[in-house]
Amino acid sequence: MPKVFVYQREHINTDEIIPARYLTSDVEAELAQHAMEDLDGSFVERAASDDILICGEDFGCGSSREHAVWAIRGAGVQAVFAPSFARIFYRNAINNGYPVFENREVLEAFEDGDEAALDIEAGTLTNVRTGRVVHFAPLPDFALDIARAGGLLEYLKAKEVQHA
Amino acid sequence: MGMTISEKILAAKVGREKVVPGELYEVPIDWVLCHEVTTPAALRMLEARGMNRVFDPSRIVAIPDHTVPAMDIKAAKLYQKLKSWVQEFGIQHWFEVGRAGIAHVVLEGTGLIKPGETLVSGDSHTCNAGALGMFATGVGSTDLAGAIYSGKVWFKVPETMLIRVTGELQEGVTPKDLVLEVIKRIGADGANYLVMEWVGDTIDRMDMEGRFTLTNMAIEAGGKTGIIAVDDTTRNFLAARGVSPDQYTEHRSDPDAEYQVVVDIDASEVEPTVAYPHIPSNGRVAGSDKIRVDQAYVGSCTNGRISDLRDVARILRGRKVADHVRMIVVPATQAVWKQAVVEGLMEVFVDAGATVSYPSCGACLGMHSGVLGPNDVCISSTNRNFVGRMGDPSAQIYLASPATVAASAVRGYITDPREFNESHQAVAVSAD
Repeated sequence: MPKVFVYQREHINTDEIIPARYLTSDVEAELAQHAMEDLDGSFVERAASDDILICGEDFGCGSSREHAVWAIRGAGVQAVFAPSFARIFYRNAINNGYPVFENREVLEAFEDGDEAALDIEAGTLTNVRTGRVVHFAPLPDFALDIARAGGLLEYLKAKEVQHA
Repeated sequence: MGMTISEKILAAKVGREKVVPGELYEVPIDWVLCHEVTTPAALRMLEARGMNRVFDPSRIVAIPDHTVPAMDIKAAKLYQKLKSWVQEFGIQHWFEVGRAGIAHVVLEGTGLIKPGETLVSGDSHTCNAGALGMFATGVGSTDLAGAIYSGKVWFKVPETMLIRVTGELQEGVTPKDLVLEVIKRIGADGANYLVMEWVGDTIDRMDMEGRFTLTNMAIEAGGKTGIIAVDDTTRNFLAARGVSPDQYTEHRSDPDAEYQVVVDIDASEVEPTVAYPHIPSNGRVAGSDKIRVDQAYVGSCTNGRISDLRDVARILRGRKVADHVRMIVVPATQAVWKQAVVEGLMEVFVDAGATVSYPSCGACLGMHSGVLGPNDVCISSTNRNFVGRMGDPSAQIYLASPATVAASAVRGYITDPREFNESHQAVAVSAD
């Protein structure tokens, strides 16, 4: 069962998600070993596949490094929830077909370590411990199109084939 | 309802009379800027999908700047990846190490990018170029790959925040203090998704170097970009680089353009401002607290220009950096470096006990040339003071103007640079 990591702090930035000292690599598995390192040194040890991140406002602010998305995805995070995201991080997530959701309620509905059930189609995140169900807005159509294509580049390629 | 500059640029690019905030467009891109940290990943993505082309080799600028000269083998490989692609695809605007420096600052001085154009790069400080009246923004490697391949990027038309600045900045107060003050007021996500458009008589009198400092830091408030309308200062700057007005399109916001929010600033009230750890919005007046510093750093795409180095030299001339401080000056480009030599600034730095490092992003993002160790305290003219930004996560970074960095280097603790103003000096001497 996936568990949630809750970081209430606002403005968790891309330097904390993946420090620049690791940017000489763009290999997801290598980046994943250092995900969230400057925020929570124990994160990588504790993270398992399909976990969920719940964070404060303006998650992913700062640098444009897409390595931030790759690092947390590589570490096993299947989706990120926050009341708001920094613009470039949000774009990068969408372009990777990686699910990130703007939602405020999750911050109060979950405690760090709770088990959760995520249903992206239905738009629900359920706290298994308390039974509370949080409804969240689905991804915008454009983001869904990119996700269905498998990412922005596949989306661009497919469009080109259609037009040819 | 009228349109803002940014809306007009985007409308012109997508061939429409009008665009409205919230609409989504695939926008043609005039320029793609590539550096060696985020571009190699983009190139590998394209290769892996057999997308082996570039939209226009004459519209791509490649400038390695983050990890050059290479500090380790991995960095050398990133550089090689960028350069071999440049050679294979005939990228026309390649700036070799020794002929370049920090990409944003090199690019603003080339005469390549022009008002009315669009620019993207895999670097968040691409908004820097907005001071030239263009729409310039940072993107990740996938968007960058898409732009390299198709010459287009999807954008949601952003709303605009108008920042109206009037009055005179006090002596010793600089555009960096102004932008730190604005970010302090609106917050580190105060302009999230917005364009920050700067207007007012203070901006009208400001030189291009100061304007670049303002637009450069739009991202520190979450902005999609910063932008400043073209005026004679812009035209003269471009003319000096061989660009005449018939080569570009000037856009101006309509009087009835709609702004999401208007921020009014009285420039005369802005004080030398220092952003305390660990977020750029955490501004306080310089010297409010006596904070001892270990390192004083001048450089970056925000404040490594010649006017910044002159500000530093004015304070360091005839003085010494405090014994316990290491001061590092990083000219933003080779051109800035040379100008600093010609004007005798280098001699001032060396005599004062500062060291000068190769033009690059250097320690601004903790990659090389001045990386901080555990618990180091640094006063820096750069743009971010996040945990771990310049090195060890326990280090403390304070952001300030180059003048404040220099004043702090001399005193050994964070200092209001107005203590070094001519008028104050006279008082200080007579008091002695």
